[in-house]
Amino acid sequence: MASRSGGRGRGRGQLTFNMEAVGIGKGDALPPPTLQPSPLFPPLEFRPVPLPSGEEGEYVLALKQELRGAMRQLPYFIRPAVPKRDVERYSDKYQMSGPVDSAIDWNPDWRRLPRELKIRVRKIQKERTTILLPKRPLKTTEDKEETIQKLETLEKKEEEVTSEEDEEKEEEEEKEEEEEEEYDEEEHEEETDYIMSYFDNGEDFGADSDDNMDEAIY
Amino acid sequence: MTQAEIKLCSLLLQEHFGEIVEKIGVHLIRTGSQPLRVIAHDTRTPLDQVKKALCVLIQHNLVIYQVHKRGVVEYEAQCSRVLRMLRYPRYIYTAKTLYSDTGELIVEELLLNGKMTMSAVVKKVADRLTETMEDGKTMDYVEVSNTFVRLADTHFVQRCPLVPATENSDPGPLPPAPNLVINEKDMYLVPKLSLIGKGKRRRSSDEDATGEPKAKRPKHTTDNKEPSPDDGIYWQANLDRFHQHFRDQAIVSAVANRMDQTSSEIVRTMLRMSEITTSSNAPFTQPLSSNEIFRSLPVGYNISKQVLDQYLTLLADDPLEFVGKSGDSGGGMYVINLHKALGSLATATLESVVQERFGSRCARIFRLVLQKKHLEQKQVEDFAMIPAKEAKDMLYKMLSENFMSLQEIPKTPDHAPSRTFYLYTVNILSAARMLLHKCYKSVANLIERRQFETKENKRLLEKSQRVEAIITSMQATGAEEDQLQEIEEMITAPERQQLETLKRNVSKLDACEIQVDETIFLLESYTESTMKRQ
Repeated sequence: MASRSGGRGRGRGQLTFNMEAVGIGKGDALPPPTLQPSPLFPPLEFRPVPLPSGEEGEYVLALKQELRGAMRQLPYFIRPAVPKRDVERYSDKYQMSGPVDSAIDWNPDWRRLPRELKIRVRKIQKERTTILLPKRPLKTTEDKEETIQKLETLEKKEEEVTSEEDEEKEEEEEKEEEEEEEYDEEEHEEETDYIMSYFDNGEDFGADSDDNMDEAIY
Repeated sequence: MTQAEIKLCSLLLQEHFGEIVEKIGVHLIRTGSQPLRVIAHDTRTPLDQVKKALCVLIQHNLVIYQVHKRGVVEYEAQCSRVLRMLRYPRYIYTAKTLYSDTGELIVEELLLNGKMTMSAVVKKVADRLTETMEDGKTMDYVEVSNTFVRLADTHFVQRCPLVPATENSDPGPLPPAPNLVINEKDMYLVPKLSLIGKGKRRRSSDEDATGEPKAKRPKHTTDNKEPSPDDGIYWQANLDRFHQHFRDQAIVSAVANRMDQTSSEIVRTMLRMSEITTSSNAPFTQPLSSNEIFRSLPVGYNISKQVLDQYLTLLADDPLEFVGKSGDSGGGMYVINLHKALGSLATATLESVVQERFGSRCARIFRLVLQKKHLEQKQVEDFAMIPAKEAKDMLYKMLSENFMSLQEIPKTPDHAPSRTFYLYTVNILSAARMLLHKCYKSVANLIERRQFETKENKRLLEKSQRVEAIITSMQATGAEEDQLQEIEEMITAPERQQLETLKRNVSKLDACEIQVDETIFLLESYTESTMKRQ
């Protein structure tokens, strides 16, 4: 230990090893010290080899691009919920850009998955109504939901249903809480007055040429 | 998991499944096994979204779950499986070369959906094939089933672990999660189904086959109410078997490059014979006698027995040691040294990288050190016949990039640097790992750059998509030529140029990703094979 500290004190310029063994001769100019991290895009000395082309390469490339596009359309691609815009616009009713609710679009085999991963759809509806009417007790909101559902089932079936049958149906629906997987998309769609596919965005308006001045334009 | 791997996993998940799944998946990869509530709390996402994301990840075999004591279910992500998503196009193309379009579509459906029942796969594939056929022709389910059975027999698809059948009729409280088991023997057992039917063409007109107008048709899926006969038996693609096939392909093409076509055919025959008998992790195949090989050669090859023997001797004497002789009975027993072959392939990859990055002189020094194992600096200069200054410079460059390492051999017990030998050596395993890490980083960079390019030109892409939609709708309603012309001119010439450039760049970046993935496969196979032997 004494010799080590002694060596450090005296003769600071001396190195511990023989420089010639490493290959730096006496009087050789050492490379300048590096004072900054290496550049992000260092210049390439050699150009890279060209990519393999040919039938196989092109086919695999096309496959890759197709797969990418296809996976975005599958129900497994979960889009984040659309953030609420500042003003409610009329077209919001007709443009369903985000997920309608938290239910899953596809049907997994629930027997293979842990039970805790199942999402109950009914909860969402309850939450929605409770947000709107925070003061009323839950029971009356449930009744309101049931009446709305009743009316909608009436509209859908276009039959005259007696009140007894309605009550039975509601009881069945309550019992089937666990199996509320099949979320009725139609019910939600019926909230709007018009059929979705008929709505024209108006983007094509004006794209048609106006050159044909023979017909009068009203 | 290294940072580079996590970054790559994050990009892959985001591209294929969206941001929510990416957030949950990356969190699981980083932190390991966690229960549901902890995930929701740590990632600060609503519980419902976490549930959705976990369902998607489990469906695609990227996350597994385990029930711990007190009924807590913990989820664990499989990082290496996520990285396989880069290789999906290669798997599908391999299925196409082996089993033509039907096999290709079967594997594609299985990869896109994670797991499916056999009947669901057959229906979907038949429908897709019918779409591409001419009018009036349909694809029969039987043909698709046959291809599926062939895929199962050659182990390219396998069964997923099953829910155990409950014996007692009245189970108590259900376990929080099923315990999935699979028997080794049953993994490739195809259930006896009699799928009869033909593929359906999707009608574009307003009326479907029964004549009902489209608007009134109820919006239910086309599943029947009664369960299919193979309900509960799910199939997935067996990626290990595909990897075995890629490895065999690489060995055969290496032999073909080094020697000639006939010897590569011999090696291919030997590999085919050992497909089922040898497990994919074995260091060498089972010994095969020369007589057996002679009998199993493909029909078109009529080489005499002596020529075959000569070829085998040549292969066994080759310094690369792909083929080894293990005995003399039966005309000579030969094995294929899989581990050594992978090692040679990894070494060749390293040499090629050094050559392309640093130049051919550096490559000469690299090969020299590989051959001689340990060399001093002076010896390197002498053997490689390169002037001292340049040799020193190249050695240091390779050392700083971690292709080479220094081995210290002290002359005296106090390890004084002036009295120590410093030998340059190449440790193939660590160099391969370093290169693998670089590959992951490169793929991540490529994906990022591609996303950046697409985002830069997003407005232009949307405009061109809108124009195409307008053109197709106008063509459907029967528009005139000059009207179409005018619509097409909505995209100006410089914009068209920009689109062309974008398309070319994106294709180039995609092709680069595919190329880097091939290197990743070789290096990963080598590192895995080495780890298993230790």
